[in-house]
Amino acid sequence: MKPKNIIWELFATFFKIGLFTFGGGYAMLPVIGSICVEDKQWITHDEMMNITVIAESTPGPMSINCATYVGYQQGRVLGSIAATAGTVAPSFLIIYAISMFLDNFLEITFIANAFRGIQAAVGILILDAAITMLRKMHHTRLSTAIFAVAAVLLLAGDLLAVHISSIALMVAAGVISFAVFAVAGRKGGEGA
Amino acid sequence: MRIYLELFLGFLQVGCFSFGGAYAAIPLIRDVVIAYGWLDDEALSYMIAISESTPGPIMVNLATYVGSSQGGLLGAFLATFAVIFPAFVIILLVLVILKTLLKNPAFQAVLGGLKPCVIGIILATGLNMSIGYIFAPSGEMAVLQVKPFIITALLAAIWFPVKYLRKKKFSPLTLIAIAACLGVVVYGL
Repeated sequence: MKPKNIIWELFATFFKIGLFTFGGGYAMLPVIGSICVEDKQWITHDEMMNITVIAESTPGPMSINCATYVGYQQGRVLGSIAATAGTVAPSFLIIYAISMFLDNFLEITFIANAFRGIQAAVGILILDAAITMLRKMHHTRLSTAIFAVAAVLLLAGDLLAVHISSIALMVAAGVISFAVFAVAGRKGGEGA
Repeated sequence: MRIYLELFLGFLQVGCFSFGGAYAAIPLIRDVVIAYGWLDDEALSYMIAISESTPGPIMVNLATYVGSSQGGLLGAFLATFAVIFPAFVIILLVLVILKTLLKNPAFQAVLGGLKPCVIGIILATGLNMSIGYIFAPSGEMAVLQVKPFIITALLAAIWFPVKYLRKKKFSPLTLIAIAACLGVVVYGL
């Protein structure tokens, strides 16, 4: 395979994936899987499973994690840039165009009313995302406590108009969880 | 000039801490846009709905929109670049040098603490945004708004039973479409 062609093919393939998949990461992963594993045979099925695990344990958009991984496997750093740029380009162009005329659009009463209704749906979708994740969560005493404390603190903060940073909560949760792991490890070490 | 730096740093934070997909990024984006006064909850929820209804990663869509509305084309580019840059670099690092990091028990322990925290944050954000929509501040009190309450109650009565009792696949786009129709009817009357 000629290196130049694969770079272009990566860009074009991920551009199509970015253009035709609605609904973010969990909707995009199966599409990326079927195109990159079955059609193009760029990665194996096992690698795709591996990417999914990596995407879930690293920050950032999951489809970008996948694009970077597949692009690197096929075309090193240049390939990863091509695949990532391809995934982002359609979103960027479409949303940039929408942002130019959205405000004018919202001045139409009919559209404004529709969006006021849509605001209710967004709250429900966010709540539902949390419920879905909570049902899949691995429940231990520590994880349940972290979940409950984070939720209650943020909820109370908003109601009392005290700003609590989500990132600060996440850092605290990471540190506490690491400390529990370290203490448990030392106890285990002494026992052995 | 300052807005470009703020957009870049704001979305870089989002890109670094959004563990768990688009809905994990929404609370972080909400923190940033409210802290800088770029969007309120109402404008943010319009954009979340548009990001769900247009192709591509939701986080990228939100970054592009906020960047464009605050800093034009350059703002859109910087915010979008900042939100994907950490993911890009981390995957390259994982592939090239950190192959064993993800299996490291200490890293897994940190991640084990982050996940429940993120779920708590998402739950609180969903509740806070719904409460902010249904109740409007009036002096010291919060007053129930009848129209938002009716729409939210109807949507919840459709979404949760269909999804959890009948276990049918129900797309977010369908819910958004139903909500738009309800908005037109309830606010049009």
